[in-house]
Formats: sequence, C-alpha cells, structure tokens
Amino acid sequence: MTTQPEQPLVDVQSLSVHFGSVAEPVRAVDGVDFQIFSGEIVALVGESGSGKSISALALAKLVPEPAGRIVGGSVRFQSLEKQKGAGSACFQGLEVLKLKSSELRKLRGARIAYIFQEPATSLNPVFTIGWQIGEAIRLHRKGVHVKQEVEKLLTSVGLPDPARAAQAYPHELSGGMQQRAMIAMALACNPDLLVADEPTTALDVTVQKQILDLLVELRKTRGLSILLITHNLGIVANVADRVYVMNNGKIVESGDTRTVLLTPQHDYTKKLLKAVPRLHKTA
Amino acid sequence: MNNLLTVEKVRVCYGELEAVRGVSLSLAAGETLGLVGESGCGKSSLGRAILALERIASGKIEFNGTVVSSLKGAALKQFRRQAQMVFQDPFGSLNPRLSVGAAIEEVLFVHGIGGSRAARRERAAALFEDVGLEPDWLSRYPHEFSGGQRQRIGIARALSLEPKLLVADEPVSALDVSVQADIIQLLKRIQRDRGLAYLFVGHDLAVVREMSNRIAVMYKGEIVETGTTDQVCDNPQHAYTQKLLSAVPDIDKAFAQ
Ligand SMILES: Nc1ncnc2c1ncn2[C@@H]1O[C@H](COP(=O)(O)OP(=O)(O)OP(=O)(O)O)[C@@H](O)[C@H]1O
Ligand SMILES: Nc1ncnc2c1ncn2[C@@H]1O[C@H](COP(=O)(O)OP(=O)(O)OP(=O)(O)O)[C@@H](O)[C@H]1O
Ligand SMILES: [Mg+2]
Ligand SMILES: [Mg+2]
Repeated sequence: MTTQPEQPLVDVQSLSVHFGSVAEPVRAVDGVDFQIFSGEIVALVGESGSGKSISALALAKLVPEPAGRIVGGSVRFQSLEKQKGAGSACFQGLEVLKLKSSELRKLRGARIAYIFQEPATSLNPVFTIGWQIGEAIRLHRKGVHVKQEVEKLLTSVGLPDPARAAQAYPHELSGGMQQRAMIAMALACNPDLLVADEPTTALDVTVQKQILDLLVELRKTRGLSILLITHNLGIVANVADRVYVMNNGKIVESGDTRTVLLTPQHDYTKKLLKAVPRLHKTA
Repeated sequence: MNNLLTVEKVRVCYGELEAVRGVSLSLAAGETLGLVGESGCGKSSLGRAILALERIASGKIEFNGTVVSSLKGAALKQFRRQAQMVFQDPFGSLNPRLSVGAAIEEVLFVHGIGGSRAARRERAAALFEDVGLEPDWLSRYPHEFSGGQRQRIGIARALSLEPKLLVADEPVSALDVSVQADIIQLLKRIQRDRGLAYLFVGHDLAVVREMSNRIAVMYKGEIVETGTTDQVCDNPQHAYTQKLLSAVPDIDKAFAQ
C-alpha cells in the first residue's frame, strides 16, 4: 500500500524484553521500534531465536511472566471505530503496557488476535475445535449464528470436511489441520490486528496459497492489519507491504518489501537472502 | 534388494477414517526418501506407523528384514533405538517438566549408551552444538526456547541414539533459511558418515529437493507418484504434483511483474 494514514494502528517504541537474572539478562528483545498501519501487512523476519515471537507477544502484553520482563518501551494501540463515542479522545490511543488485566482481556481477542507458532500449545486438548471457535464468536460477536459461522470459518481456511473438523478434538487433526483451526479461531474474533506467527508452516503450498489469499482478501474487505512472522521469504515477497528484519533482539533493517528483498543493505539480510533454497536452480 | 525399510500395503485407520490406504515404499541405508503431499493426507500417520507408534490395520512393515509389528521386549527396544522420529510438533514431544539436557541424558541412559553421567552430559552438549544451540542452555526447560530452537532440540534428541533410520516430520519448518541450510548440511554429513536413512516429510519443496534422492507424493492416503528427485520436480506426472509445484511462492516470480 502506498498511502498510509498518519497514525499507525500500532506504534512500538524502544521495546525491550529480558529473561533470566537481572544481573545477566538474556536480552530477547533489545530496543525495538516498529509500526503497523491500518490495513497493512507487515512482515517480521529474522534468525531463529532473534526475538520475533516475544516482540509479537508484547503487543498484547502476553510475554510469559515472571520469567520474561518487559523492561522498557511503549506499545501504543490506536482506538478505531470500536471506541467511537469517545470522540477525539480516541486518538490518544491505548498504552498497552500500562493496561489493567481487565482492559487487557478486552484488547486481546476483540482487537488483537493471535495465530501462535505452535498450534498444539494454544488449542485446548479437552474441547472440540467447533466448541473453541464457537466460544470465540460468543465472546466477541453478538447476534451471530454460532454454528453456521463456525462452519463458514472452517470452510474459509480450506478444511475439506468442516463438519468433521468442528467435531474433532485437536489431537484428531493433522498438524496442518490444527494450524487452520487456529487461524479460523483467530478470525472468529473479528480483530483489527492479526498477529500471525508462522501461520502456514504446516501447510502444503496449495493450502498455504489459499490461506494467504484469504488474509489478503480480509485486509482488502475489512481493513484488517496483519503482522506476519515468517521464515518464508517467498511468502514475504508475495504478500507483505513492508518488512522488518530482526537479528539478536534488534531490528537491523526495514523498508518496503521490494526494496529490502531486492537491495538488502544489512549483512544479515544479505546472508538470509543468499540462503533461500530454490526449487529450480537457475540464475 | 537390500532395503533397510520395506513398507507393504500399509493401512492406518482411525475409526471410520482410513488415513493411510495401502501404501508401499522402500528405503535403503544411506538414502533419503522425500514425502510430500496435501495437509491431512496421512504423512504423519504413515511415519508413526513405520516407527510402531501407530497400529496398522493391515499390511506389513519390515526393518532390517524383521517384521516390526512382531517385535517385543528387548528386540522392540533395540528397534526404538535404531529408528527415531523428529516429531512435527516439537513442543508436544518434549517433556515440560524436564530440562532439555536431562531429557537427552535420560534417553541415552535408558538405552545404556554414553557411559558415565559426565560422558552423557558431554554428549548432550556436543549434540546441542551440532544443531547450533548453546550448550549452556541445556539446563533450560522446553518453554524457555523459541519455536525454531525447540525444533532443533527435537533433532538433537533424535540423533542422540545414532539411529539407522530417521523419520523426520517437517524437521526444519520453523527455522530461518540460514539456520535451515546449516541443519540440512548437518543431516547430510551424518548421513554420509553413518549411512543413516531418512524419510523426510516436508512442505517446502525446495528443501525436500535439496535433501532427497527420491520423492514420493501422497494424496488422500495413497502414494500417487514416486520417482527420482529430478523426475518428480522437473517432470511431474500426477495432476496434484503439478499443482503443488506451481503453487510454490517464489521471490523471483513475485518481483518479475
Ligand atoms: N521463557 C524463556 N526463558 C528464557 N529465555 C527465553 C524464554 N522464552 C524465550 N527465550 C529466549 O528469547 C529469545 C527470543 O525468542 P523468540 O521466541 O522471540 O524467538 P523467535 O525469533 O520467535 O525465534 P523462532 O524463529 O525460532 O521462533 C530466544 O533466544 C529464546 O531462547
Ligand atoms: N489420533 C487421530 N484420531 C483421529 N483421526 C486422526 C488422528 N490422527 C490423524 N487423524 C486424521 O488422519 C488424517 C491424516 O492425518 P496426518 O496427521 O497423518 O496427516 P499429514 O499428512 O501429516 O498432514 P499435515 O501435513 O497437515 O501434518 C487426517 O484426516 C487426520 O484428521
Ligand atoms: Mg518464534
Ligand atoms: Mg503431519
């Protein structure tokens, strides 16, 4: 997207997250700045262990405590139509890191929804998929026919037999089916911002394409903003407007996708691009 | 034919659902067979069945000339040591209450290898280094790692027993391309040194191509195409394989317009 509104939907400044002892902390996120504008797809790429997931979790103050400590920075979340009546005050934005737990609960799900990196860790093993997605709808969207909506969502993420998936417990689904169930659950909340942490790693490329098309479509029709964490630079090239490159807790390079991928400046970005496995050895 | 693994007309069923529908394949020592296919087509079920982690409804699996389903006691334990799995879901396959170092040391201890406690610890540290993790982190618990770090722990653990067969279910899907390239080199080096055979399940066709001698394409519980890696990638026969190859997201193509 070429035109950006002045105010980002999310504005992260100097965010730092530490683990371990205070004396010798692991600086998982070390002074990170990034912005996501409304309707934008922003990719966060970088080395395994560089702090991508922890940065993403910090957006909704979900860093695992007390092991992890947000030691500095701010996360401002712009209030959009969902806070209408508030007049101009809505442009103040929310300082997420200062919210009380009741306010945080409202933010999570209703405004920010997550597709977590490992589906098995966030799907509840004792409830059926249909029940879990239904619960997200019941909590966040009044007046929707739950059962119908569940099937619609499961169909939209490309599950071939949505009725069976709805009745299944997570362990009865394949890795990629669990991943799609989680995507459906995140979309069920109808959020402003979708944080998608490696959302398609367990999917074959044809289903992957279907999911990416769906996300691009939702951005177009609903103005959904997406923070996309992925190791797949082919996906980044195809769907992201802008990209941030992380290494060792820091953002080392950022810019519009084309510029960063075609003319990388930082050594780490260059190394990354050189390592991309190619299906057909040309060039 | 001197196959390490022979799978004959294997079926895996979950109640009414027939997830694997009469699959046959073979694998020689030192060889890599890539297994690709639609999400939910039965790849993980087949992989688990090969390692006797899933009951087969019919068919036969032979490892080194012995029928796997007939193994019991010491012979089964021996098989478990020689045939290992890197699970698709790294978190679910690690014990949350054990430090990862203790988990690897325990596996070594159970199989009576690694000698003394100190030697086992040293071996765990070496494995950690092999997969690009800091040996200092062995005292950490699974939840204290990133997704890609956990995936590498799964690889280290599976390699710890020096198996002859490794079923690797999406083993590098959570790794950035640079670390991924290192792990692929590591797997290939170990294969050269020890004649290890891989059944390599993957969705990233470029990675599968890089790893495999042959590729089998699975669709709805059946293998619909097999061939050498070049045959399958450059001249796919089955419509599903063709569809798969054309859907790969590519950097060069994205910017070509
Ligand atoms: N609970 C924890 N205790 C200690 N260190 C942790 C904990 N959680 C994460 N870390 C460390 O923080 C760093 C950043 O982790 P993060 O999960 O953000 O990485 P990532 O960029 O998402 O990596 P990947 O691509 O492998 O998922 C890693 O080095 C990890 O080991
Ligand atoms: N424990 C189980 N109980 C019931 N059904 C199951 C079970 N495990 C797998 N299935 C079903 O068997 C089919 C094949 O699943 P499997 O996990 O083998 O697929 P896969 O090819 O590995 O897919 P993916 O690429 O998504 O990981 C799916 O329809 C799945 O829902
Ligand atoms: Mg991560
Ligand atoms: Mg699987």
